[in-house]
Amino acid sequence: MAKEYEVVIGLEVHVELATKTKIFCGCSTAFGGAPNTHTCPVCTGMPGSLPVLNKQVVEYAMAVGVATNCEITRHGKFDRKNYFYPDNPQNYQISQLYLPICRNGYVEIETENGTKKIGIHEIHMEEDAGKLIHDEWDDVSLVDYNRSGVPLIEIVSEPDMRSAEEVIAYLEKLRMLIQYLGASDCKLQEGSMRADVNLSLREKGTTEFGTRTEMKNLNSFTAITHAIKGEIERQSDLLEAGEKVVQETRRWDDTKGESYAMRSKEDAQDYRYFPDPDLIPIDISEEWLEKVKASQPEFRDAKKKRYAEEFGLPEYDIDQITSEKALADIFEATTAICNQPKKVSNWLMVETMRLLNAHEMDASDIKFSAKHLADLIGLVDQKIINQPVAKEIFEHMFTDDVDPVAYVEEHGLKQESDEGALKAVVEKVMADNPKSVADYRGGKEKAIGALVGQTMKAMGGKADPAVVTKLLKELL
Amino acid sequence: MDLLKYSAKELSDKIKAGEVTVKEAVDACFANIDAKEESVHAYITICREEAYKKAEEVQKKIDAGELTGPFAGVPVAIKDNMCTEGILTTCASKILGNFVPTYSSEAVKKLEEAGVVVLGKTNMDEFAMGSTTETSAFGVTRNPRNTEHVPGGSSGGSAAAVAAEECFMALGSDTGGSIRQPASYCGVVGIKPTYGTVSRYGLVAYGSSLDQIGPLCKTVEDAAITLSIISGQDQKDSTSIPRNDLDFTKALVEDVAGMKIGIPKAYFGEGLDAEVKDAVLAAAEALKAKGAIVEEFDLDYVKYAIPAYYTIADAEASSNLERFDGIKYGYRTEEFQGLHNMYKKTRSEGFGPEVKRRIMLGSFVLSSGYYDAYYLKALRVKALIKQAFDKAFEKYDVILGPVAPTTAPKLGESLSDPMKMYLGDIYTIAVNLAGLPGISVPCGTDSKGMPIGLQLIADCFNENVLLQTAYTYEQMTKKGGN
Amino acid sequence: MDNASCRVLWEAICDNRKEPTMANVISDETIEYVGILAKLELDDAQKEQAKKDLAEMLDYIDELSELDTSAVEPMSHVHPTCNFFREDVVTNGDDRENILKNAPEEKEGAFVVPKTFD
Repeated sequence: MAKEYEVVIGLEVHVELATKTKIFCGCSTAFGGAPNTHTCPVCTGMPGSLPVLNKQVVEYAMAVGVATNCEITRHGKFDRKNYFYPDNPQNYQISQLYLPICRNGYVEIETENGTKKIGIHEIHMEEDAGKLIHDEWDDVSLVDYNRSGVPLIEIVSEPDMRSAEEVIAYLEKLRMLIQYLGASDCKLQEGSMRADVNLSLREKGTTEFGTRTEMKNLNSFTAITHAIKGEIERQSDLLEAGEKVVQETRRWDDTKGESYAMRSKEDAQDYRYFPDPDLIPIDISEEWLEKVKASQPEFRDAKKKRYAEEFGLPEYDIDQITSEKALADIFEATTAICNQPKKVSNWLMVETMRLLNAHEMDASDIKFSAKHLADLIGLVDQKIINQPVAKEIFEHMFTDDVDPVAYVEEHGLKQESDEGALKAVVEKVMADNPKSVADYRGGKEKAIGALVGQTMKAMGGKADPAVVTKLLKELL
Repeated sequence: MDLLKYSAKELSDKIKAGEVTVKEAVDACFANIDAKEESVHAYITICREEAYKKAEEVQKKIDAGELTGPFAGVPVAIKDNMCTEGILTTCASKILGNFVPTYSSEAVKKLEEAGVVVLGKTNMDEFAMGSTTETSAFGVTRNPRNTEHVPGGSSGGSAAAVAAEECFMALGSDTGGSIRQPASYCGVVGIKPTYGTVSRYGLVAYGSSLDQIGPLCKTVEDAAITLSIISGQDQKDSTSIPRNDLDFTKALVEDVAGMKIGIPKAYFGEGLDAEVKDAVLAAAEALKAKGAIVEEFDLDYVKYAIPAYYTIADAEASSNLERFDGIKYGYRTEEFQGLHNMYKKTRSEGFGPEVKRRIMLGSFVLSSGYYDAYYLKALRVKALIKQAFDKAFEKYDVILGPVAPTTAPKLGESLSDPMKMYLGDIYTIAVNLAGLPGISVPCGTDSKGMPIGLQLIADCFNENVLLQTAYTYEQMTKKGGN
Repeated sequence: MDNASCRVLWEAICDNRKEPTMANVISDETIEYVGILAKLELDDAQKEQAKKDLAEMLDYIDELSELDTSAVEPMSHVHPTCNFFREDVVTNGDDRENILKNAPEEKEGAFVVPKTFD
């Protein structure tokens, strides 16, 4: 009978901060751009160049620390992590080992067994590395330093997670907190959030940790889930066979569904950390910390509670519209203008989500303004346009943020609600469709649908369907 | 009068008065360079074309009244570890043998804004690691006072260029005495400012927490002027310090009455050459005669400065020099198999033996298992050394001592025994560890005619006291016909 | 040398070093290890010299252990200043031409390096 194992997981999560510039120089952090077009002597490690710390990086790191219940290190500094690799232009990475900016925090996640605290060991600031692109033609690698020096925070959890589900819940929680803070967009696919999984097994009931491995290259929640399952299997197979788990770093290949050890004999893994003499310490005053605390936004949990109380929205709606901060933001802004929370929520949950999916966009990419969405809802409410026309206009709002009021004017989309004007059309439709009329009169109530449809068609979609139905019923 | 005999300030005055043109000054320097470089070899790179172009521009600005500063039109030299836009910057190393920066160091920029003309880049110990300028990959520099002797180092090229009148002023850098010691060996004035006074941006780092740029000059006045020009907090250097008063020429006052000068007993013990000792003590006597209060005192931890220094400087250097890897700039080995082989071959071929020695020691003291015992220990000793100076400056305005135990040794004498060379830094390196300003002023020669330097040390940010004392002494020696 | 054997070797060296009265003796393995860290390749003669030099320097540095520094904080920076920041404003434009000017080898706007196994 096989032994029963408990899985122990800790996470190292790297998050790219949403600053405009890099951590130590005034180069843009914008994505894209031809290789090395966002570089300068500092982020390419030119001789004599020196780093100067971006204040916003410290503020974001502090904000994340406060949001995750960490102690903020009041007197911190940066250290150099020395290792040779071409993506690292100085051959040392500026990071924090000895005095990370945040320590001893936690977040709460929901599990099958209720709320669980996941400890956060520390959060430190560091610089990202450049990108290596393999050149098949010449069989060499090409180095692009555009990402070199982009600010990161690394959030190191305690080994408190026991399943893939808990890992995903923890990551979701972090993603929401950080996104709500505006400190990062936290996109796994684009690499602005990256998770390394430290995993070990131990026999159930024991307290000592087993030997762990570190899994890298996990760029989606699915990959993380697969990698965890794969690694649990691999380690338990080893243990079952009486072999030992080797402490090592492994790379997950999601297409193959397996991992392999990353080894290099020229890599001593002795990083020779020491305080960076080019950067002076960071001193966080009470005042500064209080300011950061005071500017913490309303997070998802608080928003959910408030939406239920203030707007009386269904739980499903609330879950949807708070799932991305950008959605919640536009919900609140639109509701503030039109005071129609359920209608706003519907537009966001249905049409917005549909279009986001169709365009493969994120909520943070939404272009239309709250004002325009409120206007659109108003147009429908005032029966100036009908719902199908509104949907059509919304598609244009979604792609180009058109002004719905102006759009209705320009394209003559106002619906006809005047009974007198519609009566003639209805009468003509009845005359042209004797079968439907007969069906209705014969008791087939559904037949009225066809007649409404024909009337709408005759009106080029611009009739008020309620008025049309009313007229039909009268005339029939 | 031969215009090469002028100080930088005197030359600029003559230029502004229309008695000498900038071109004439540059001509004179190049004529002298042509005559002396073969024996002295102070320069790695000479920028004739750029210098004449610059001379013309500067002359126009002077004529138009746009450039009126004390150094307008002065031909200068720059140590080859400071980046100069469009001009080769090698650090005297094969690994940077072809490196042409696309930016200038902040200190050079400031000097150029003040209207100097850069003649070229001076020789040095490779990456400033050495005390003789013999570790340069581009040949040794010889002491202009006697070419059988070294000029000192690591700013040996800068000191030699000033002493040989191959320029009117030169910038050097000082990590453990690299301005003061060659100044002393060559008989010129050299000052290492308080750490953080001059921006390090564009200075190729050796020991980042110790490096400071400073001038090597003919006179204390020139040194004060240079310092006034190049100092100031820089938004590009996080370790640069805001300072209120950057006009150091105000300190050029002949007055040491009541000045309290302390002489550390440990600076005059075993190992100090008798002639050097006599000359330095005579200087102390001269200051005393001018009204200074001079007394001996016990400065603690003197002997621990060297081991602490080499631990810290080499640790920082091992990391600072990792960027030289054959990828972004500089030398890359011809043939290699794979990435790590390229790294190793490039660096092994590109660095000289002294640099390798220091990188290895630095890597070792930072490595797993040794960090606490060596590196952190050295940082603690550094704190003790700083405290010892704090205590001394509670009592004294200035600390006086020799710059080096001996005058300039002969070529080839030092390199055979690196330990001995390191020990020669005993009087200068504590100043770097404690971030203090220090100056070397000529105080006579030994029986072989080699110059001796007097070192004055003040508390952080007290360059004025240093300059005032040095100026007073210098004026005495001039009047005394020394 | 792979990581594991590096580590074993290193532990052995560390143990060796704990002998307080013994002057430093640098083994071949240590020089090999330091060579990996510093990316330096030494021939046999250079290795012997390096062993001697390193041992001599370490003996000298060991003098520091004479001082009781247990109550002293390590001092990285001599000045007690803190908080040197820049504002989060883009100041640099496209400087690629300058950045690549000194590159030993360049292709399509990037630095060329021997193939890295990823």
